[in-house]
Amino acid sequence: MEDIIVRYVSRFILPFVQLYGLYIVLHGHLSPGGGFSGGAIIGASMILYALSFNLAEGSKKLSHDVSSILESTGALIFAGMGLISILLGANFLANGAAGFPLGTPGNLFSGGSIAIITFGVGIKVASTMATLFYSLIEEEHSHEHH
Amino acid sequence: MIDVLKYLILFFLVFCAVFVARTKDMLSAVIIFAAYSLMMAILWLLLAAPDIAITEAAIGAGVTTLLLVAAVSKTRREE
Repeated sequence: MEDIIVRYVSRFILPFVQLYGLYIVLHGHLSPGGGFSGGAIIGASMILYALSFNLAEGSKKLSHDVSSILESTGALIFAGMGLISILLGANFLANGAAGFPLGTPGNLFSGGSIAIITFGVGIKVASTMATLFYSLIEEEHSHEHH
Repeated sequence: MIDVLKYLILFFLVFCAVFVARTKDMLSAVIIFAAYSLMMAILWLLLAAPDIAITEAAIGAGVTTLLLVAAVSKTRREE
């Protein structure tokens, strides 16, 4: 897949896709969308990078080890925020009751722990999308070595 | 006006769903399926579910198409 048009168009379009995904993740508690949708968009941008440039360059940007570490980090952020709520003396994933600052509704810095949880879900979903694609494609390589 | 658009999209969805099953060429079936997902995203938006519309456009039209194209490239193209 060495096509100069695909390569230049995707190089031009990739920052906008990733910025849009990041916007959806960070505004998950205010606007439609959230961790899953935004993470899927970021993951799709990584897949597009690996498709339009070659696969080796894609896995240089996001190797298998890094993406599995990111995946665990996302899950740990989610569970960790829930456990912090328990440590603060409320239920699992309790928000206002655990004493997180809720802020003014509608502001970017509001909603207590929801924004952090959404960010964790976004990281998890984005790296899962990339891992899905890489593990589907990379199997071909090990076949060729046989 | 919006109702006409809704019925057009619903008709297009049935049309696409039938032809995904009937097409012998796998790559064409994947492309028709991507068109189905894109129309479905517009329909979700008209049904006042923008959350699902974003997810459908990203997952259905984006990632699923890429994964299916990768699967087709590793297997036979004809059924």
